[in-house]
Amino acid sequence: MGSGALFIAVFLACAVEAVEATTIVLAAGTAREWRSTMTGVGAALVALAVITAALGPAVSSLPLPALRLFVGALLLIFGLQWIRKAILRASGHKALHDEDAIYAKQVSAAQQAPRQGTGLVTDMYAFTLSFKGVLLEGLEVVFIVLTFGGNAHQVPLAALAAAAAVVLIALVGVAVRAPLARVPENTLKFVVGIMLTAFGTFWGAEGAGVHWPGSDAALLVLAPAILVFALLLVGVLRRLPGGARSEQAAAAAAVEVS
Amino acid sequence: MGARIRAFGAFAYDFVVGDDWLVAAGVVVGLALTYLLSHDSVTAWWLIPVLLVVLLPISLWRAVRRD
Repeated sequence: MGSGALFIAVFLACAVEAVEATTIVLAAGTAREWRSTMTGVGAALVALAVITAALGPAVSSLPLPALRLFVGALLLIFGLQWIRKAILRASGHKALHDEDAIYAKQVSAAQQAPRQGTGLVTDMYAFTLSFKGVLLEGLEVVFIVLTFGGNAHQVPLAALAAAAAVVLIALVGVAVRAPLARVPENTLKFVVGIMLTAFGTFWGAEGAGVHWPGSDAALLVLAPAILVFALLLVGVLRRLPGGARSEQAAAAAAVEVS
Repeated sequence: MGARIRAFGAFAYDFVVGDDWLVAAGVVVGLALTYLLSHDSVTAWWLIPVLLVVLLPISLWRAVRRD
């Protein structure tokens, strides 16, 4: 696996997680107060560092076939769940991920919650909201870095790609002080789902003892093939009742009748 | 304590298994079969791609039908 492909895969996956965490932090800071919110972010980053320090050596110490089998299985499960959601969204069977709507919902909930504080944290709601948001999205970033980096023996490069994505998204979030609705998150999730599934298929099967025809080049066939299959499924689902194409046809028929 | 363990279990299930348990179960079974075949000197690289072609439409169908 080339360094460039690893960097791009980790960067895109982590950017998606960072967008979601940024939305939650912005909502907590804007609707409540920034000091407790940033204390929550800091506490979550410390917790993530501890988890990474504990899991990193454990993951790295696994023999490569076992690591590839374990990581491949997890990536396949994650990737298929991401593709599944992306296909349902693209075909109109599930609402698109809307950062503006999520932000408005979080702000509304935050404004209604009572204010309670202890010690350094003057607003527990803001602290807890940002802590949970950053920790949960951050766990996925840690998972991606350890699995991709560990498998390719390039953990520092994977960590650099993740850091670049998180810092870039955080800086944009601070600059605009608004949810990053212009990031094409649904498209990104589709692409990341394809990549996770392709790498999961490749590494999982290798870990199970398979020798791929063409070795690493098999990935160059797997990823486009999964993409084409996913797009075909989008097309099929759009035509089913409840799908985007079927809704358009129903609307057109209603106009003709009226 | 019991509630916290249950909450962690629910979080771990949601984090790893996600929306459809069939996907996770299918992947585990598929990789186990691949392991058995490849350690029996049978060419098995095709098994996971075939599994994807079967598993993904079934999981999508289950999701659409639930709606």
